[in-house]
Amino acid sequence: MTEQAPIIRVRNVTKRFGSVTAVDDVSIDIRQGEFFALLGPSGCGKTTLLRMLAGFETTSEGEIEIDGQPMLGVPPNRRPVNMVFQSYAVFPHMTVFDNVAYGLKVTGVGKSEIAERVKEALTLVHLEDFGRRKPDQLSGGQRQRVALARALVKKPKVLLLDEPLSALDAKLREAMRLELVHLQHSVGITFVIVTHDQDEALSMADRAAVMDHGVVRQVAAPATLYEHPNSRFVADFIGKMNLLEAKVAGLSGGRLAIDIEGLERFEVPHDGPASGEIGIAVRPEKTRLSKEQPAAGRLGLKGKVSDVAYYGNESHILLDTDTGVRFTTTIQNETRRSDSSILIGDDLWISWSPEDTLVLSE
Amino acid sequence: MEDWRKNKGAFAIFLGPASFWLLLFFVIPLILVWVYSFGERGPQGQTYLALSFENYLRAIEPIHLGIMLKSIWIGAISTAVCLVVGFPVAMGIAFAPSRWKNPLLLIVVLPFFTNLLIRTYAWIAVLRTRGFLNFGLEWVHEKANWLFALAGFPAALGEFVPLELLYNQYAVVIGLVYVHLPFLILPLYATLEKLDRSYLEASLDLGAGQWRTFFSVLVPLVMPGIVSGALLVFILSMGNFLVPDLLGGTDSLMIGNLIAREYGAARDWPFGSALSFMIMYPVFIFFVINAMVARYRTRRRAEV
Repeated sequence: MTEQAPIIRVRNVTKRFGSVTAVDDVSIDIRQGEFFALLGPSGCGKTTLLRMLAGFETTSEGEIEIDGQPMLGVPPNRRPVNMVFQSYAVFPHMTVFDNVAYGLKVTGVGKSEIAERVKEALTLVHLEDFGRRKPDQLSGGQRQRVALARALVKKPKVLLLDEPLSALDAKLREAMRLELVHLQHSVGITFVIVTHDQDEALSMADRAAVMDHGVVRQVAAPATLYEHPNSRFVADFIGKMNLLEAKVAGLSGGRLAIDIEGLERFEVPHDGPASGEIGIAVRPEKTRLSKEQPAAGRLGLKGKVSDVAYYGNESHILLDTDTGVRFTTTIQNETRRSDSSILIGDDLWISWSPEDTLVLSE
Repeated sequence: MEDWRKNKGAFAIFLGPASFWLLLFFVIPLILVWVYSFGERGPQGQTYLALSFENYLRAIEPIHLGIMLKSIWIGAISTAVCLVVGFPVAMGIAFAPSRWKNPLLLIVVLPFFTNLLIRTYAWIAVLRTRGFLNFGLEWVHEKANWLFALAGFPAALGEFVPLELLYNQYAVVIGLVYVHLPFLILPLYATLEKLDRSYLEASLDLGAGQWRTFFSVLVPLVMPGIVSGALLVFILSMGNFLVPDLLGGTDSLMIGNLIAREYGAARDWPFGSALSFMIMYPVFIFFVINAMVARYRTRRRAEV
């Protein structure tokens, strides 16, 4: 056996609502046992795509296969997937036990088996003592665990999660990220999570699809998305990014010569074609500030500090270069200082290594 | 800005007119009626204040008790029919595309723009022996007969006999359902509209079919709307006197007609008052029990 067949195969799927195209010709394969994220700004079509996987929306065009079965015309209650809703949708008129048992009851599972499996599922999410409570006696985090248990007790082929952490407070959200990853490892079910939060996607997912205006821009592992974005959109959406407009001066032997206003012509390694106007990007943490002109071999621009934002562990410095580009850079606050050594109005150089330069032709 | 609910002065100003209105035109008259219910009827129909239980004893005489029980029965049937008819309508409006909702709601309340009396009379024109419904049935009958004749069975259905649709209990139920249907649809629609659709989706997602989802998730979650709508229809139907008066037969006398007669033609206000309160007492008891259950539930919740 060479490559395992994907558990979810999305082929050229398009979804139109009236004249609006919410999902535009999307093709994705999601692998068995993977933690997959659909990432993008609100309105990018990620939730619509998830709802098409669950069966709540029909596809306008294209095909969805789950576990090798075409899903066209298959209603939600006949699909081998279960969903954790953004609002959790824990039934308020049922106890926690009845909520988790519901999906088993409606499919005619025997009483003793229900009791056993519900107990197992509640133990999995650390709610074993909460079976007799009503949802209004639970915290938001506990309600979410009920929603998780309720979906997992069905032993689905794929678990779909729609912005599962968005309703939790910051501390709990971070803890739940780890817990979801652990949970996924222990149950071995494929997770597909929808999120607009890039940190969430980067920290949890094995792979993520970045979506924009209904189109999938890039499908890759988190590190690839961060270090090798394939377009301005992905570069800008994932993390902070400094973008510069540049011109291609020449391409030979895997080296791309680039002209940028205020800099001498420089070369970066690049494979693939490139010509005309391109984008150049540098991550803030890969730039350095200095009072003197940086050493030869580094790319440096002179500018004036326009803002300093303090975040505790680090500070974000905004620098307006003499060529009119606004740079963001981060400095680690490694020692306790009563005042920042960098002040608004300081004249500084910002520099980075050509190897850390990203070329974005899209 | 200060919360106006915490400002006692503002609270009093806003609440004052309504409270005064209720006190003057609802609470005081109600107390008067209650006091009258223990009174005695004078020879010319005057009301003498007294402390007599005579009126209540009369009210539980089989003939009056029977009318009361029948009113409850007809009220219950009308409510049940309203539920069966109104639930799909409320659901249809609540789940309709949003641009259709307001026009559809307007259609539901449109009959209110016509006087109730005229609308009830209109039912007479529909239901009577030579009314529109019988005309329609006669037409169908005629055509069916003609078809049978074509097929070689002349006059297979015989002569058309108009149905006796008016002046009976059925006509009363039809009229009551017609008049009160909006009172069920509107609160039910309001509850359905607020219902988070993801509950229904979650049920489907967990493997339940549409019917299972309807009975196990939708109905329990909109129960408050069902109860308030049904209660409204039941109370209004039971106490209605116009519909049984116009559409009902001699055996369709309801408690509302009886009370109207005692206050009107019979000029026996004390007995009319006692009859009125015979309906009010169960309602009071219901509300007391309801409040006690609610308090018990809140306390239990606080303890957990």
